Amino acid sequence: METPSVTSKRVDFQVDPNSYRHLRLKIDGEVATIEIDIDEDGGIKEGYELKMNSYDLGVDIELYDITQRLRFSYPQVKVVVVTSAKEKIFCAGANIKMLAQSSHQWKVNFCKFTNETRLGIEDATTNSSQVYIAALNGVAAGGGYELALACDKILLVDDRSSAVSLPEIPLLGVLPGTGGLTRVVDKRFVRRDLADYFATKPEGVGGKKALTMKLIDELIPKATFGDDVAKYASQLASSIEKIAPSKGVEFSPLKKVIDQDLISYDYVKIVINRALRYAEITINLPDGITAPTSIEVAKGQGENFYLLALVRQLDDAILELRTNEAEIGTWVIRGKGNKDEIINFDNLILDNRSDWFANEVLHYLKRTIKRFDVTSRSLITLIEKDNLLSGSLFEIALSSDRIYHLIDTEDETSTPSFALSKMNLGPLPMGNGLTRLESRFFGDVTSLEKVQEAISKVIDGDLALSLGLVTFAPDDIDYEDEVRLCLEERAAFNPDALTGMEANNRFVGPETMETKIFARLSAWQNWIFYRPNASGEEGALRRYGSGIRGNFNKERI
Amino acid sequence: MAIANYDEKIPNNVDLGEDRRLKRALESWQPNFINWWKQMGPTLPTEDVYLRTAVNVGRDGWAQFGHVAMEEYRWGIFLAERDRDRKIAFGAHKGEEAWQQVPGEYRSDLQRLIVIQGDTEPASVEQQRNLGLTAPSLYDLRNLFQVNVEEGRHLWAMVYLLHAYFGREGREEADELLLRNSGSSDSPRILGAFNEETPDWLSFFMFTYFTDRDGKYQLGTLKESAFDPLSRTCEFMLKEESHHMFVGTTGIDRVVRRSCEVMAEHDTFDIAQYGAIPLAIIQKYLNFHYSVSLDLFGSEISTNAANYFTTGLKGRWAEEAQGDDHLLGSSVVEIEHLTEGGQITSREVSALTALNHTLRNEYIADCQNGVTRWNRVLEEFGVDFRLSLPATSFNRKVGIFSAIETTPNGQIISAEAFEAAKENYLPSDGDKAFVRSLMRPVYETGKIASWIAPPIKGINSQPFDYEYVHLA
Repeated sequence: METPSVTSKRVDFQVDPNSYRHLRLKIDGEVATIEIDIDEDGGIKEGYELKMNSYDLGVDIELYDITQRLRFSYPQVKVVVVTSAKEKIFCAGANIKMLAQSSHQWKVNFCKFTNETRLGIEDATTNSSQVYIAALNGVAAGGGYELALACDKILLVDDRSSAVSLPEIPLLGVLPGTGGLTRVVDKRFVRRDLADYFATKPEGVGGKKALTMKLIDELIPKATFGDDVAKYASQLASSIEKIAPSKGVEFSPLKKVIDQDLISYDYVKIVINRALRYAEITINLPDGITAPTSIEVAKGQGENFYLLALVRQLDDAILELRTNEAEIGTWVIRGKGNKDEIINFDNLILDNRSDWFANEVLHYLKRTIKRFDVTSRSLITLIEKDNLLSGSLFEIALSSDRIYHLIDTEDETSTPSFALSKMNLGPLPMGNGLTRLESRFFGDVTSLEKVQEAISKVIDGDLALSLGLVTFAPDDIDYEDEVRLCLEERAAFNPDALTGMEANNRFVGPETMETKIFARLSAWQNWIFYRPNASGEEGALRRYGSGIRGNFNKERI
Repeated sequence: MAIANYDEKIPNNVDLGEDRRLKRALESWQPNFINWWKQMGPTLPTEDVYLRTAVNVGRDGWAQFGHVAMEEYRWGIFLAERDRDRKIAFGAHKGEEAWQQVPGEYRSDLQRLIVIQGDTEPASVEQQRNLGLTAPSLYDLRNLFQVNVEEGRHLWAMVYLLHAYFGREGREEADELLLRNSGSSDSPRILGAFNEETPDWLSFFMFTYFTDRDGKYQLGTLKESAFDPLSRTCEFMLKEESHHMFVGTTGIDRVVRRSCEVMAEHDTFDIAQYGAIPLAIIQKYLNFHYSVSLDLFGSEISTNAANYFTTGLKGRWAEEAQGDDHLLGSSVVEIEHLTEGGQITSREVSALTALNHTLRNEYIADCQNGVTRWNRVLEEFGVDFRLSLPATSFNRKVGIFSAIETTPNGQIISAEAFEAAKENYLPSDGDKAFVRSLMRPVYETGKIASWIAPPIKGINSQPFDYEYVHLA
């Protein structure tokens, strides 16, 4: 397990392409290449070497940064080739020594972020016409193959030794748990018994067999690998239609100040209450910021376009709190500012969905709000005076476990309110494919229809309560106490039970590949991680590389 | 409906007039309470009653006497004076400042404790509502009504806590307190003992002696609570509760005295024919009320009680006088134990889980005082009979003894044997019918029924023949 000195160092999710240690991004017109060339000594923590292109959170942070910049800064890119700069090895997956020494919390949070990035890759392929292809110039094992699985196409070098494999079960006693098992059957449609065979075969499958089993899409001769991949990529690029300029929006580092229990960005402010283990997250729209009159004006503002800037800050804030503040178990979310302006922003984006920039902002917003859905914290949204959370930003409220809506009886003219917009009716779906409203009113069409009719109405506490859009609407006499009691009560419960309850309540209805990855696969993986068979002194994960096999408790549970 | 001038209408020391939350909550609750009182309160119509009203918590203020129409009784809200330095005396929070607010962590438990306590208060008013029709004297009638209005005030005290500290849920629970009714088949009172009608005055005296005494002990443990407003509320309630027990103690005393007088007069134990209550029947009533009151203490071993103690919600009787660490982490106590073979032995258990048992033992010792007092009357008259508390194991429906039957002496007998001998232990239908036959109202000033002796003193230095109640 990790030592306190290591944990006390904050992880920063902001990286600069000029200082990447592990990945290289090359742009050649419509084709981009991500070269994996992991620096063995560049682990984000001490105690392990990132051999064989194995990765840790630090590598994943760079990968996430690249996927984001590709969408915003290089919108002309249609094909992204993911390959390795190392001989005979594409990627060996997550570093085993790192996993073995990490706390349970660290492993779970790391895997969650990895999953989000991989889903982001698929999102780029689907929604941004940026198709990822994995060019496996060597072995892709475990997480390395899982990364390839997130790509649209998998090309494997035919050198009679390179193979794809998911050796977690036979070698480590855990699962290929960052989407691997799910994507093999749900995305690549590998037959289930063959998937069983594949996932228990430590050396994996290469050559024609891999092709027949649908584990890869193309087998490419070693001698012509580079050229063939390039040809494949450019042919693919020319088949993709996309209207986008050759230059996009640059991202400069976020202005972020961390001072003890205060974390602040331009539009997001976080105050941490350590005694009661909650963080108050306030989203601000300062006076004077209004929605631009056209999408061209917005584009001209670039990274300073309010909605984009806000989403970047929120994105970082979520990752920051998740990774660096594990004990802050409740997030209390508020919005302050003119909510009508958010509706204007929403309309600007929705009226220009064919524009690449509006499209990217929309999907980035979608991905970021999805992060709330899978965050293992109690989310409590407060609708108070000058509430900003409306339309797209009300999705954050809808992602919350509870919403408290203040009714001001003293000053009824300014009693807190919000409004819904078309953003709440489809453009920002959850991982289960439903809107948050559909999820909220699952199995209750009447209520859903009533809410849909209330689009663009001013919704005060009484109306919100009757529509089922908020949990409680206490008046100003009760409000403060109700919220206090809720937060204090929350802090007293078993955090694990809360995580389980919340995950259960947030996701209703149909299962998708995405929800299966976050629930079915991750939940099993997280359980296996915690079992002595994997992480005990004699567990397979702990013993990996020691020459001694894991000693298992043989009971099937 | 707005209540004009709260402080005038509802005497209080909680700044009611300034508290928006309370005002709002009481605006809807108060008319419902009056409505409840009209429907479920005393059935005997009266013009006014000589009642004690608490108008403040000071020495003079808590007992102001005067004739008032009961519906206009000024049910007040009083907490004992706040000790600003009060520290939590026990449990995991020992030594910390007493809580002036409900900690979210304990909200549910505290609310539950207050609701259960609050539910018993109006319950007893409902149980006793018909007693006025058969009062043995105006003095007793007045005492009954005094007990009733004060139980009503104790309901107000609990409702105050729910309104002031438990938000919306608290208000809902306060409403429910008026909607459950003693003996109702649809929505009965929470505790079983509070769903039995109090059918006659002997039962009433037994109830105020034994069952209200359970209330005293429950209030005493809540008085220790880390939640200061609850503590202070219960401290003040205890003052009034002692009057209820006085009604019980002296009531039974006077019944015993009257029986002795008639026995002496006719030189026989068989005094039923002379309109007095035979001592054997008194003993059977005592057996019944004592044993059902023991059940109110719950199971001897209780994790709930242990949790309440550890979390600081509920202490022990006179917690600060207990000479231990007030944590009970490793203390043990002896409690009764039933062997597999059905023998009563004892065993050692953690003192923390045996808190109900410990409190019950304090109660038993206290109950014995009254018995001793009544036996002095018997001694005084040279009667060769002594009243006694039955064994703890007798007639129990809760706790370890619920599995067996014993005689009042504690001798284990079969269920069949118990059933056969039951009429000797507990009031039989015949006994009850006889006692009920004595229950004829005496509303004439200075007069009293045949089965009870007049009190030695009147109320508030008034004579016995004072006009304590003006009937309508």
